[in-house]
Amino acid sequence: MIELRSLTKRYGSFTAVNAVDLDVPRGELFGFLGPNGAGKTTTLRMIAGILRPSSGSIRIANIDIAADPVAAKQKLGFIPDRPFIYEKLTGVEFLRFVAGLYGQSGDEVERRGRELLALFDLEEWRDELVESYSHGMRQKLIISSAFVHKPEVIVVDEPMVGLDPKAARTLKDLFREYTRRGHTIMMSTHTLEVAQTLCDRIAIIQRGVIRACGTMDDLRASAESGVSGLEDIFLRLTGEGLARELVEVLNA
Amino acid sequence: MLDELRTLLAPKWLTARARARKKERGRAARTAILLTIGTIFWAFAFGLLYRLLAYFRGVPEIGPLLAGKLLGLILVSFFSILLLSNVITALSSFFLARDLDLLASAPVDWLSLYTAKLLETVLNSSWMVVLMAVPMVTAYGTVYDGGPAFIALAVLTFVPFLVIPAALGSAITLVLVNAFPARRTRDILSVIAVLAAAGLVVLFRLLRPEKLARPEGFRSLVEFISILRTPTSPLLPSEWLSRSIMGWLTGSLDLLPLYLLWSSAAAAVVLGALLHRRLYARGFTKAQESGERWACEGWTGRTARWMLAPLGVVRRELVLKEVRVFFRDTTQWSQLILLAVLVVLYVFNIKFLPLTGDGITFFIVNLVPFLNLALAGFVLASVAARFVFPGVSLEGRTWWLLRASPLPVRELLWSKFWVGTLPLLVLALAIVGVTNSLLHVSPFMFAVSVFTITLMTFALAGLAIGFGTVFPRFETENAAQIPTSFGGLLYMMSAVGVIGAVIVLEARPVYSYLSAVSFGGGESPPVIELVLGFGLAAAVCLTATFWPIRIAQARLEALER
Repeated sequence: MIELRSLTKRYGSFTAVNAVDLDVPRGELFGFLGPNGAGKTTTLRMIAGILRPSSGSIRIANIDIAADPVAAKQKLGFIPDRPFIYEKLTGVEFLRFVAGLYGQSGDEVERRGRELLALFDLEEWRDELVESYSHGMRQKLIISSAFVHKPEVIVVDEPMVGLDPKAARTLKDLFREYTRRGHTIMMSTHTLEVAQTLCDRIAIIQRGVIRACGTMDDLRASAESGVSGLEDIFLRLTGEGLARELVEVLNA
Repeated sequence: MLDELRTLLAPKWLTARARARKKERGRAARTAILLTIGTIFWAFAFGLLYRLLAYFRGVPEIGPLLAGKLLGLILVSFFSILLLSNVITALSSFFLARDLDLLASAPVDWLSLYTAKLLETVLNSSWMVVLMAVPMVTAYGTVYDGGPAFIALAVLTFVPFLVIPAALGSAITLVLVNAFPARRTRDILSVIAVLAAAGLVVLFRLLRPEKLARPEGFRSLVEFISILRTPTSPLLPSEWLSRSIMGWLTGSLDLLPLYLLWSSAAAAVVLGALLHRRLYARGFTKAQESGERWACEGWTGRTARWMLAPLGVVRRELVLKEVRVFFRDTTQWSQLILLAVLVVLYVFNIKFLPLTGDGITFFIVNLVPFLNLALAGFVLASVAARFVFPGVSLEGRTWWLLRASPLPVRELLWSKFWVGTLPLLVLALAIVGVTNSLLHVSPFMFAVSVFTITLMTFALAGLAIGFGTVFPRFETENAAQIPTSFGGLLYMMSAVGVIGAVIVLEARPVYSYLSAVSFGGGESPPVIELVLGFGLAAAVCLTATFWPIRIAQARLEALER
């Protein structure tokens, strides 16, 4: 469903994403992990069609995004990490607008919008301007907007940031159910527990290069002996010594 | 306290320095153009005032009185602008700025915070007035031989003149925020500010300052001189400043106004600080609340949806979004009031043009509708700069959504074009229709005007979209600041170029035609010349409509944010 081939993104002399190859098949919930600045957001924004790759290709549902961006984006929903939306629209108007961007309108959209707002406890706020929403409420509205046009693929950057426990649980259930129905989700997250329990497969990226990719068992194998949880695997693969001079830092 | 103040101001200074050092493409060209335009403006303002003051100086007795009166009028306008500008700036710097959360949670002394924010307010709201004051003060100093010490006096008097409205403005804002939530206060203030600015402009026009230059309009010389001698507003700092400057220049320096300026500035700051200590914490808490914001689609929304249905879903939703966002943002729609005043004044001035009597030739009568077209074009360009030019910049924060959606960039740009162009066209036709009726132009000239202004409107909107996209200001949240950018300047320059080109291309054939019809006897009208002139003018307008939008499309498709 998502195919990345030698995907590279350079900013001047800095290479943010370096020749990444990935395949995410239909119906899979794919986790994308990595330390800060590893290239996760850049990769996801390239898949969403916001950034142009320096080289390499991206195919969404067998459509090359460079050759036919409109058709490829028609299949896609994107949830960014920073919830910037139109402050002067109400929640329901925003959902209607996003559906409109995908050429959808009418009773079906209204019904879906109502259900999504209810799912995320935003029903009471449907006619309030977004400027009065909290950070978490905006995030929930953006998540709803990514589902409102029923895309085949959803790309999510840090979905849990700012969500309350109930909304986080709802989102996890929604993701599971969505992929069970044959849709595809690729998400980046720093919440390793979420990735471990939710994702079918996980890729770990560091300095723009995929360090490991596979199921939890595959990752355990590549992290060599003595590790079991995703946190240990992550730290082992990315070489981030957790307890590094903590005492020294605090004493300084 | 000084160390703390330095720490508080450091981020502002470091940001300004980093911005100045940042290497950007075309920065040198931008600086050169800005310097050139600034110099032209200064030279023009200086030249105009110099001539006027030199003339006044030659008039015995009442010359200095006239110069003082003029200075008083200019300074009272400056003071009003400063007060308004400070009230609005203080709202941002004291209550809405992004660094306030950090400062509020840090152990910062209240007086340091007040002083730092007051300084920030003074700088942000006064720089433009200071720039405008430079040629004025120079002209006064040059004509009246103020000498080098005059510069020191000007600085000495202007500093308190800038501080007083800043302290007053901040205090007014503080009280207002304590009465309303800050975001609601911003809405109220933007409407008040626009109404006040509009009122000021109308008042200034209705006062007819030109009559001061015509003493014959007064019943007697004594009445005229007594009007000149009466201070415009003895209790205003503008009057004290005017008296200090004129006192120095006429050799009768009175220290009282200088004392009044400094003591009032000190008193305003002290009282402002005391008020800040008492009310700031409460106001800041209140500023975190947002006003009640509720909007439900009523019959108007449903009607608009139904009427726009033929556009298709994507265009309809884009248009509805544009209209909603515009009319729900008070800072945006309130500027329509200023626009209405501008148009009324324009029509008012056209109405009182003396177009009959001696010396008014056939040529002049037909020149006026052309000048009218050019001026109307300029008014439209200013309106487009304010309302159409920022369109793409305002999408900066939500660009991810548009970019990730299957919306073609072309659709976005053309939606913005039509949403801006249609109201602009209505305005254009109204201005030209009303002014042409007032000027009693012939049906031929009426048709020429309508044809030209329609094409010109398309061109001005196309240019605004084009320049607004090529020179975007994605980080600016205030739409009113976007047209004052470098791109806005270039837009205005090219708009003036297009208006000029169209007028030049049409003027000659139209004049030949009118001459042939009015005086030519049996001579046939120059049809080829007319077709060529209008054809070329239309070609210029259509190129200025489509070409910038094509460039904008390419630019947006390559944009990465």
